Amino acid sequence: MKARFLIPVGIFIALAILLGVGLTLDPREIPSPFIEKSAPAFELPRLHDSSVNLTPEDMKGQVWLLNVWASWCAACRAEHPVITALADTGEVNIVGLNYKDEPPDAIRWLQQFGDPYLASISDLEGKVGIDYGVYGVPETFLIDQQGVIRYKHIGPISYEAMNDKILPMIRELKARSS
Amino acid sequence: MNLLRKLVRQCSLLTLLWLMPVSAVNAAIEVHGFDDSRKEAIYKELIAELRCLVCQNQNLADSNAALALDLRQQTYDMIKAGAAKDDVIEYMVNRYGDFVLYRPPLRIATLVLWFGPFVFLAISLIGLRRHIHSRSQAKDAGFSSKDLERAERLLSQNRPDKAP
Repeated sequence: MKARFLIPVGIFIALAILLGVGLTLDPREIPSPFIEKSAPAFELPRLHDSSVNLTPEDMKGQVWLLNVWASWCAACRAEHPVITALADTGEVNIVGLNYKDEPPDAIRWLQQFGDPYLASISDLEGKVGIDYGVYGVPETFLIDQQGVIRYKHIGPISYEAMNDKILPMIRELKARSS
Repeated sequence: MNLLRKLVRQCSLLTLLWLMPVSAVNAAIEVHGFDDSRKEAIYKELIAELRCLVCQNQNLADSNAALALDLRQQTYDMIKAGAAKDDVIEYMVNRYGDFVLYRPPLRIATLVLWFGPFVFLAISLIGLRRHIHSRSQAKDAGFSSKDLERAERLLSQNRPDKAP
């Protein structure tokens, strides 16, 4: 008789745990199907010199970040100091994927706010973005020395995300290969 | 009087003329034409079944987002080039995961999603049945005949006009 009355309490606790975990999740975040898979191939012209192309092959052998940005994207403006901080650590090179932008606008944006990128490449029509499953700007991919995507950050990178997630992952990947 | 009527008629004609283009329904933002009606049917099915990942409650057909425009274009290009419906679905799922489909595929991971509601319904129906059963049984949890007599006496006491 006594144990039966604990059933509603038990159901409540189980439900509370389930919903509590749910509160920490973001239902709008779509997990990338590319984690632990090879970075999709592309060949795009460099922003500052459209006669030269860049491919993921050129970045093999190092841990790098592919940061999707655009001059029309307000959140990219907000993220810019963090990207600059990441570049300033000297621990990682960042390639900018200039997504559906006008090259003159993009160049001007970088001149105005600073250029933290090793290079930026122009994805004028967003085709490479689709190949990478980009559905919003900014997004950032962490790619290892073998060209495998290890992590995708959706939305602007915060200082917390940089220090707690991205930098540790970069260091771990570097340590693994050496 | 005649002049006034003429004026009114002209004004109403003009108004009608202005209203004409506004009343045209804008069904699509871009025009994707097909020569083959079968391909057109596949295209229409696909953009109704694929989710817009920006406005995640709309399908590609309804969404005005830039990404939806791009994905509709991609779908159109693929269908026009002769791709099958499954090819386009595979292309989208490879890049965006299962969430891009409005109908989640039947996999082990989605078994709970597909059959969960029916299981819950079954459990609650069984629970309800047992509850009703136990209540109807509790009703007949007999009182002794002595208690019944006492109850009758008490009830008839409050009603002196009724015979016990």
